[in-house]
Amino acid sequence: MSMQQSNYIIEVKGVSKFFGDKMVLDNINLYVKKGEFVTMLGPSGCGKTTLLRLIAGFQTASEGEIKIAGNEITQTPPHKRPVNTVFQKYALFPHLNVFDNIAFGLKLKKTPKQIIGKKVKAALRMVGMTDYEYRDVNSLSGGQQQRVAIARAIVNEPEVLLLDEPLAALDLKMRKDMQMELKEMHKTLGITFVYVTHDQEEALTLSDTIVVMSEGKIQQIGTPVDIYNEPINSFVADFIGESNILNGTMIQDKLVRFAGVEFECVDEGFGENMPVDVVVRPEDWYIFPDSNASQISGIVTSSIFKGVHYEMVVEANGYEFIVQDYHHFAVGEQVGLLVKPFDIHIMKKERVCNTFEGELTDRTHVDFLGCTFECLPVADIEPGDRVKVQVDFKDIILQDNEEDGTLTGDVRFILYKGDHYHLTVSSDWGEDIFVDTNDVWDNGDHVGISILPESIKVTKVVES
Amino acid sequence: MIFSAVFVILPLLLIVVYAFMDDAGHFTLGNFAKFFAHPEAINTFVYSIGVAIITTVLCILLGYPAAYILTQTRMKYASTVVVLFILPMWVNILIRTLATVALFDFMNVPLGEGALIFGMVYNFLPFMIYPIYNTLQKLDKSYVEAAQDLGANPMQVFFKAVLPLSMPGIVSGILMVFMPTISTFAIAELLTMNNIKLFGTTIQENINNSMWNYGAALSLIMLFLIGATTLLASDDKDHNEGGGLW
Repeated sequence: MSMQQSNYIIEVKGVSKFFGDKMVLDNINLYVKKGEFVTMLGPSGCGKTTLLRLIAGFQTASEGEIKIAGNEITQTPPHKRPVNTVFQKYALFPHLNVFDNIAFGLKLKKTPKQIIGKKVKAALRMVGMTDYEYRDVNSLSGGQQQRVAIARAIVNEPEVLLLDEPLAALDLKMRKDMQMELKEMHKTLGITFVYVTHDQEEALTLSDTIVVMSEGKIQQIGTPVDIYNEPINSFVADFIGESNILNGTMIQDKLVRFAGVEFECVDEGFGENMPVDVVVRPEDWYIFPDSNASQISGIVTSSIFKGVHYEMVVEANGYEFIVQDYHHFAVGEQVGLLVKPFDIHIMKKERVCNTFEGELTDRTHVDFLGCTFECLPVADIEPGDRVKVQVDFKDIILQDNEEDGTLTGDVRFILYKGDHYHLTVSSDWGEDIFVDTNDVWDNGDHVGISILPESIKVTKVVES
Repeated sequence: MIFSAVFVILPLLLIVVYAFMDDAGHFTLGNFAKFFAHPEAINTFVYSIGVAIITTVLCILLGYPAAYILTQTRMKYASTVVVLFILPMWVNILIRTLATVALFDFMNVPLGEGALIFGMVYNFLPFMIYPIYNTLQKLDKSYVEAAQDLGANPMQVFFKAVLPLSMPGIVSGILMVFMPTISTFAIAELLTMNNIKLFGTTIQENINNSMWNYGAALSLIMLFLIGATTLLASDDKDHNEGGGLW
């Protein structure tokens, strides 16, 4: 009496995973339909591989539940799950030849010999490796090993095939070929594929559904077209494809101002004079010799031939725009830019300034981020009171020399906003600090962080 | 280079030269003829190999589980425990064996064959554990996961993946234990009150009694055996790249 009321093959409900104190997955909810090709996409360390390993059973969720084909399997060991995995580094057994590697799972299931022989042959044909049965796996090339690894998984006819960055180790040409073959295989087999990759192009090419992840959270779930055209936040916009992301203000419905100019757009419902993030894809800009039609005019500062198109940087009104076009404009040329209303994508800002919780220690000092900062004298708050501390993005000062800062942190995410960088800096205690700066920092830079007293706004927390 | 020429190659050459020489310094095969003509010497030889095999097998049976458990232990303690296992290797073999004799005396355990095997295993166990531990430590965890993923229960994971993949370590361990046990004499002398003779003892006695040529011939026979074992083992190792002791 199974409760087969849903047609989801995989259900992940409220799953979190901790490694010690570190949260690597934060309340993940994901539903995968039977036969779907789902890709989990994100930068390294975003939790995508951990999520795959929870489904495979190599790790168990700290919280939440996972169902496969309607059966609760959160605590089930991997050998009892109806899934098979293709590993990133193939993990072919070096002591077995190609045939025995592929037959490994069937032999464990005590499948009769003739059937094993037939199935292994069929699986080898499927991956285009007929006649390789008795080869030593160590003598195969990377691409061939990957094919054997895929054959070893699909020969068991799993309900779900899990693929952990299976093409990451192959060269570009081989990767493109294998992508097409995987897509074909998915069609032929009709089983569910759950694919993990950090390569956005691969995700867009292969998937029915893309799950964009970052920092242990799902940022957006959607079809490749949705994710590309309607990114939900600046992280997704930046991660998928190239984009111009700028600060803007929604003046009213269907009217947005950015880079000092008002543009017609199609978005509504953000309210009046609301700060927003604006995304325009490089290929959506029209570029032409400056004329009356220009919405913005500027000067080409760089122009690179990319094969099909030219990628140009245009400086206008103090902002830099990346523009892709088939026509070439030389560096120094005066050009006009234009964008159609439906090519302007508006995203709600996740935050407009840094907000921390803290405690006032005396009239001119406040504790937050694990440190004590000097602040301007505050009137109506008693020392010892809980307070809310606000600091503008541009008022956080980053220093090369860690010792110069009140505290230190690592630069973790960099977003170019046309005329400045928006950085996410992770403090040593794991808190996120957001910084606007004109200085160039690299991902992973270890920096000192300080804040001037006059930049710290302290307000009382109203106890409820 | 010079060092190995003087201290490795030269002594080996001297053994060969001495083995084919009689007392007067003429070429002869008599030393070998003497060995094959004396059943007593051959018996000692066969017995020594028997003891070495039993010791090696016991070392594998005790050492493999020990090494396996060590790799499963949490990192914090594992390295400490490994050092504890390796620590006795730094104490001189004679001191360890004398201590064992004293202990057996105190506990009224009779010295003899059993004590001999115990002493051998006790002395050579670390040489088995270490290379196996090394191989298991370096074993890619994804092989275990692949086996689990394909439906292997914990028992099957061990016998179908972990054990075959740790063969290089076992082979290294066998070389490290089997070879020295053939030539040991101190342990045998002390733990059997000189009642049981091993091949090493025979060589030592001959050389002590100034029968250099016969002693050299016996040494050569032993070297031949050791060489054969090494070749057999290293032939197997070519296929499995893995972390042995060398």
